[in-house]
Amino acid sequence: MPEKPDRNAIEVRGVRKVFGTGENAVAALATVSVSIRENEFFTLLGPSGCGKTTLLRLIAGFDYPSAGEILLYGDDIAPQPPFRRPVNTVFQSYALFPHMTVAENIGFGLEMLNKPKAEVKARVAEMLRLVRMEQLANRRTSQISGGQQQRVALARALAPQPKVLLLDEPLSALDYKLRKDMQIELKRLQGETGITFIFVTHDQEEALTMSDRIAVMSAGRILQVGAPRDIYDRPADRFVADFIGESNFLKGDVTGTDGGRATVKLSSGTEIRASLPEGFSPSGSVTVVVRPEHAQLAAADGGAALQGTVENVVYLGTDTHFHLRLDDGVPFIVRRQNARGGADSFAAGSRAGVVIGGDAAQVLRD
Amino acid sequence: MASAEEIARAADRKDIRDRWLLSAPALIIILVAATGPLLIVLVYSFLTSAAYGGVEWKFSPEAWVSVFLERDIFDDTLSLADANITIFWRSIKLALMTTVVTLALGFPTAYFMATRSEKTRDLWLFLITIPFWTNLLIRTFAVLQIIRNEGIINTLLMKAGIISAPIQILFTDTAILIGMAYVYLPLMVLPIYASMEKLDFRLVEAGYDLYASRWQVLRRIILPLVKPGVIAGSILVFIPAIGAYVTPSILGGGKNMMISNFIELQFGQAHNWPLGSALAITVMVIVMIALLVYVRNTGAASGERRG
Amino acid sequence: MAKPFSIRHQPGFTAIAALCFFALYLPILVLVVYAFNAASSTAEWGGLSLKWFQSAAQNTQVIDATVRSFQIAATAAVIATIAATMAALATTRTPPYPGLTFKYAAINQPLMVPEIVTAVALLIFFSRIKIFTGYSGLGYLIAAHTAFCIPFAYLPIRARLENMDLTLERAAADLYATPWRAFRRVTLPLLWPGILAGLMLAFVISLDDVVITEFVKSGGQDTLPTYMLGQIRRGITPEINAISTAFLLLSVAIVTLFFFVSRKRD
Repeated sequence: MPEKPDRNAIEVRGVRKVFGTGENAVAALATVSVSIRENEFFTLLGPSGCGKTTLLRLIAGFDYPSAGEILLYGDDIAPQPPFRRPVNTVFQSYALFPHMTVAENIGFGLEMLNKPKAEVKARVAEMLRLVRMEQLANRRTSQISGGQQQRVALARALAPQPKVLLLDEPLSALDYKLRKDMQIELKRLQGETGITFIFVTHDQEEALTMSDRIAVMSAGRILQVGAPRDIYDRPADRFVADFIGESNFLKGDVTGTDGGRATVKLSSGTEIRASLPEGFSPSGSVTVVVRPEHAQLAAADGGAALQGTVENVVYLGTDTHFHLRLDDGVPFIVRRQNARGGADSFAAGSRAGVVIGGDAAQVLRD
Repeated sequence: MASAEEIARAADRKDIRDRWLLSAPALIIILVAATGPLLIVLVYSFLTSAAYGGVEWKFSPEAWVSVFLERDIFDDTLSLADANITIFWRSIKLALMTTVVTLALGFPTAYFMATRSEKTRDLWLFLITIPFWTNLLIRTFAVLQIIRNEGIINTLLMKAGIISAPIQILFTDTAILIGMAYVYLPLMVLPIYASMEKLDFRLVEAGYDLYASRWQVLRRIILPLVKPGVIAGSILVFIPAIGAYVTPSILGGGKNMMISNFIELQFGQAHNWPLGSALAITVMVIVMIALLVYVRNTGAASGERRG
Repeated sequence: MAKPFSIRHQPGFTAIAALCFFALYLPILVLVVYAFNAASSTAEWGGLSLKWFQSAAQNTQVIDATVRSFQIAATAAVIATIAATMAALATTRTPPYPGLTFKYAAINQPLMVPEIVTAVALLIFFSRIKIFTGYSGLGYLIAAHTAFCIPFAYLPIRARLENMDLTLERAAADLYATPWRAFRRVTLPLLWPGILAGLMLAFVISLDDVVITEFVKSGGQDTLPTYMLGQIRRGITPEINAISTAFLLLSVAIVTLFFFVSRKRD
């Protein structure tokens, strides 16, 4: 079979990881396969315990897979110890060496690769510039702030010019404002260095902001891989829809499909159009998801798809959430952006209709 | 090519093998120069005593019989060996009394240390640590100078006219008790302090808030919480006290022997190595029982907390 | 005005603590003061003098015993610390594996058995080896001291290791450090305070030993403590006070150093 040029930086093929043996065996990863493209900002997103860090550690080489292969540009690296893999990690706790200065930390990898002193020095200076830490080169790592430690950890992992950079929840220890700044900084660094980033996080906002593609994980499995917009607008199953953003779930029956779309008859009797996940043609009962900001409130009995009572109005500054109870008893949330001085048109207790626009609904694979 | 599973298993095996290799020197040294010889003691306790020290390689239960029993030299009848039992009883009694005395003094001391401010706490800890690391022989010698007839206590009491002749403390059981309490006090204070330092005083506040008196707070809140430290301290004092050698040999004189001195006697003037071996094993068994009680107690205590 | 209620106060505890600290230091103080006594008996006070320090310093038996004590303590402490460091590395930061409990038990075994029992055991064992090999040098004492020093050296090293994150070694491996280089550049420098504390602990423990040395030593192999024990049994002179004072000073110096090393946190 002719070899076709491989544009994948990392290929994970049927990787399983089981901790413990016999009765105590726990599968942290249940046969996972995923490809990560060159120069991509790829995020593994999921709640704690979903296996995302385990997968990262397998790629880094801190654990060996129980089955499967991990290819780095086509070579199986699974049997190699971490110090032979051209892959570097930014640790969640940063793991800066406390007995070394900032510059010594950054130069450590190059030193271990036996690079000439002059080259190490030049590269360290370049890295310090890249993360804007030139002034603090000779400080101990205990004498700098959390945000600065974060930058040093980044510079240290980038200095040996790895083929892939692994980031294990690197922003989780920073406060909100700093985290926002670092998100932009990370994206900039990825652009400037052109290195493939694999980023692990449980924070959906972080994932949506920075990633080229996201893999949503749960219970040791990858549920959906796609661009942030795909994941948000077209969640493939209930977990993804629930984990990322807020969602309204409606039950209904498919009455017809054409192309990528279906007509669904909701339990209230109204029919709406909904997008189908790729390669999925359902029949019978399905669940449909509608994002709160994709639905609009309308006057009651004005021919809207759904009718209900407003139970609660929550003012959130940028927008307002209307918590409704639909007539068939299902809860439904509508989010509306606030205009300055705008009055609340639907008070708690009032009747309201809900309009679901042409491309607002998505059928779930379930 | 090896499968992923084989690689993972080989890595685990190599890790365990490396860990055995790394611990080998320590294990071998201890096996040769500490644990191994203990087995020889067991063997010796079943051999026949040679006339001038050492043993004859002939099986004999005689040593074990004479640990607690005495054979009449005329009619070969057995009776309880009063002398040996007295020595065992004195050792156990003195070790227990030392434990009680050090606990009574050490608990309030540890409490005092733990309730100091963060800064001065280290100083108090340092002050208790210095005697702990000072040579035990020197500390015993220091006690000797205080309690002997010409020592500072008797001199002061006589000068004050309270007594007319010095009180004979040295070479009595009391002297041994004073000496052991003195040398082992830091061993009691340190573990109690360690658990007291971790005590959350908000719990004490909660106790007072719920109408407890000082005594009730001590009895119902503080004591249960520092119990592991109290048990550890008691065991740390009891074990060396029962096997004490230096303190009784300096302060007890020739008559008031404890087990250790009696064992030494068997290997010295008495030339009865099998009996000495049997006695040594007996001490070890007593200590093992004490340790077992300790392990069961702490095990139960941690179980309570978990349950 | 009424005193505010203190939740930390317990009646009488402060008095007992004061008594304890006083009682701990009084005998030591008296011992030191009498070392400077000019009289030839410790029963009387004959004014200040350094003569007992001088006479101790000129006593060849004292000098020999001191040199021997240091030889044994230094050798035993170094060997014990190296062995204990390796053992600590092998028994920490790992999921339980077959034999781990055995290793803990074996390493701590010298702490569990009364000294007199170990002393007797070594007396028997080494006396046979002496007959068998004809060797009767300091080797026996060094071996015995090394064995009982290992658990003491092991304690602080293990404690330090358990507080050390494996992540740092992982980070080193991730940055292309081979296991040996990761150990040299990351583990060892961070473990160093623990190793130093272990070394000092082992040194002091060996220097202080009386019982095991008393039983294991051959003729003419007195260490300072066994020499002093012999002298005290024979009757006391202020010379013993002088030696004790010097010994005490050394202990305090080492403890102080130990205190700072083991408290150092980076």
